[in-house]
Amino acid sequence: MSNQKDIVEPSYLEYKGKYKGIFSWILSTDHKRIALLYLFSILSFFVIGATLGLLMKFELIAPGKTIMDAQTYNAFFTLHGIVMIFAVVIPGLPAVFGNFLLPIMIGAKDVAFPKLNLFSWYLYVAGVSLVIVSQFAGDGPPDTGWTFYAPYSFRTAGTMLPAVFGAFVLGFSSILTGLNFLVTMHRMRAPGMTWLKMPLFPWTLYATGWVQLLATPVIGITLLMIVAERTLHIGFFDPSLGGDPLLYQHLFWTYSHPAVYIMILPAMGAISEIITTFSHKTIFGYKFMVASVLAIAFVGYFVWGHHMFTSGMSGTALYTFSLLTFLVAVPSSIKVFNWISTMHQGSIDLQTPFYWAMAFIFVFMIGGFSGLVLGSLAANVHLHNTHYVVAHFHFIVFGGTGFAFFGAMHYWYPKITGKMYDTKWANIGLVLFFVGFITLYGPMFYLGFKGMPRRYFDYDEVFHAGNIISTMGSWILYSGLAIIIINLFASLKGGAKAPADPWGGKTLEWTIPSPPPVENFDEIPLITKGPYDYK
Amino acid sequence: MENEKNHIIPYRNFLLVLTGLICLTLISVSVTQISLGTLTVAIALLIAVIKSSLVLRVFMHLKFENKIFSFAVIAVFLIISLVIFITLLDYLYR
Ligand SMILES: [Cu+2]
Repeated sequence: MSNQKDIVEPSYLEYKGKYKGIFSWILSTDHKRIALLYLFSILSFFVIGATLGLLMKFELIAPGKTIMDAQTYNAFFTLHGIVMIFAVVIPGLPAVFGNFLLPIMIGAKDVAFPKLNLFSWYLYVAGVSLVIVSQFAGDGPPDTGWTFYAPYSFRTAGTMLPAVFGAFVLGFSSILTGLNFLVTMHRMRAPGMTWLKMPLFPWTLYATGWVQLLATPVIGITLLMIVAERTLHIGFFDPSLGGDPLLYQHLFWTYSHPAVYIMILPAMGAISEIITTFSHKTIFGYKFMVASVLAIAFVGYFVWGHHMFTSGMSGTALYTFSLLTFLVAVPSSIKVFNWISTMHQGSIDLQTPFYWAMAFIFVFMIGGFSGLVLGSLAANVHLHNTHYVVAHFHFIVFGGTGFAFFGAMHYWYPKITGKMYDTKWANIGLVLFFVGFITLYGPMFYLGFKGMPRRYFDYDEVFHAGNIISTMGSWILYSGLAIIIINLFASLKGGAKAPADPWGGKTLEWTIPSPPPVENFDEIPLITKGPYDYK
Repeated sequence: MENEKNHIIPYRNFLLVLTGLICLTLISVSVTQISLGTLTVAIALLIAVIKSSLVLRVFMHLKFENKIFSFAVIAVFLIISLVIFITLLDYLYR
């Protein structure tokens, strides 16, 4: 309809702003450029975190010391956890794809507070830098695990304060991003886009925004309490001063469980978009999808105690948390059933993002069901401090968020870069990634069941076979990851030019050119139909 | 909109609220001297609620704003209360 205009508007990648070179990126307030800043930083930290994981798996290939001693192993899993949780999976989908696509999908020119958006990225970089500083400053790297449990976190000799403060700053970045998205969705939806005409990815960002806004301050205060405890010896958590170490766990998980939903909800949103687009069919049960997103966010706020079943809580609290934990499974499975029903009788187009979505559902189901096992009180006593938990949360956090991240990457890559990627290599990478993932984490369920404890650099000879398989899985996974990333980078140069709508998607981002122009829309669209308008 | 007007509040009111806040702080400190068992926590929470609602209504102008903001604050307050309630299920029955 507007062929002549397409030629005039420069894309956001070619646009010449006030600044040149690197400054046109790090001083840009364009939500699309900020999204790419996040993408490159997050991808770099992801590679660092994954490399730490690879080395830890290599340590575990045989009992006894292989390549590192116990103390180094402790420092490695601490850094791996902090980087992966706070710097990769929590900001992952919201900061990258939320930033890039949320304004476009609701028909806006930018987020509500573009400068605040850029500031959030600076906070993010500052937070990660503090965590990295803690590795080299003072009396050795932190070794408490990413959870900073009391009383260990104020007794250990490692450099705790920069790491804790870094996590605090990262929390602020997350709060500001959530606030920005909430205001954007409340104030800047295109005319005619009522709440129930909003696509599902923005809906998941909406629920996530509230969780970020309401839960993240709790961890902020808690981390400051650790700082006060270490420096002023106040006695919040130290039993010898009249404190209660369990209070720390309560406060910590009051944030960190909802944080799992900050990670997984946008992932579910991206998967919903991918499944409708490649099934060429309206999402099944749109309203139930919206309701289940809100229900997961709401109920997810009250289940934190399932991380503390073996910590010595009261029986009443144990039953309550177990019950509430089982309740979250209901809206989660509504989503899975609706995805399957969306595919039913659709005309499915087997493209790379769709394969990622299928892999996501597979690993997410295994992660979810193993979560139910852990949610039942008696089984939890046996499994809590074993590799079973490691397997479970990697299936959810890495399998869920990670698979959705790469799915979203392959889905929106043409829109973001204006190029198509090489499908053959993308699929090879995916298969290796998937096979490696299952080989790496699958045996951990078995090892955990057999009683192999987590967080140890050493193990008994009886666990040897499972660990060898698992370590080999890490090599397959890592090579799949390398192929995926190299393929995407290579396609920036060599890929064919992407059309505006390569997959036949119906949401607003597919109505504008690839890559999008600076202002997204020449004219703000008037919305008259639902988001997934297929015949 | 009418709620975007500037509300001139006499300094006297601010000072009154400030005095109230200081008194409440003193009460919550001194009340810990009496041993009331579980009630100590309840009283501390109650005083904190009064103090924060004073700050929210007067200093943060919630009193003069659109009702929707009060509604949002109350909703968040209820969520946090539920979190505290569930936490107490551990402490009171341990
Ligand atoms: Cu949890």
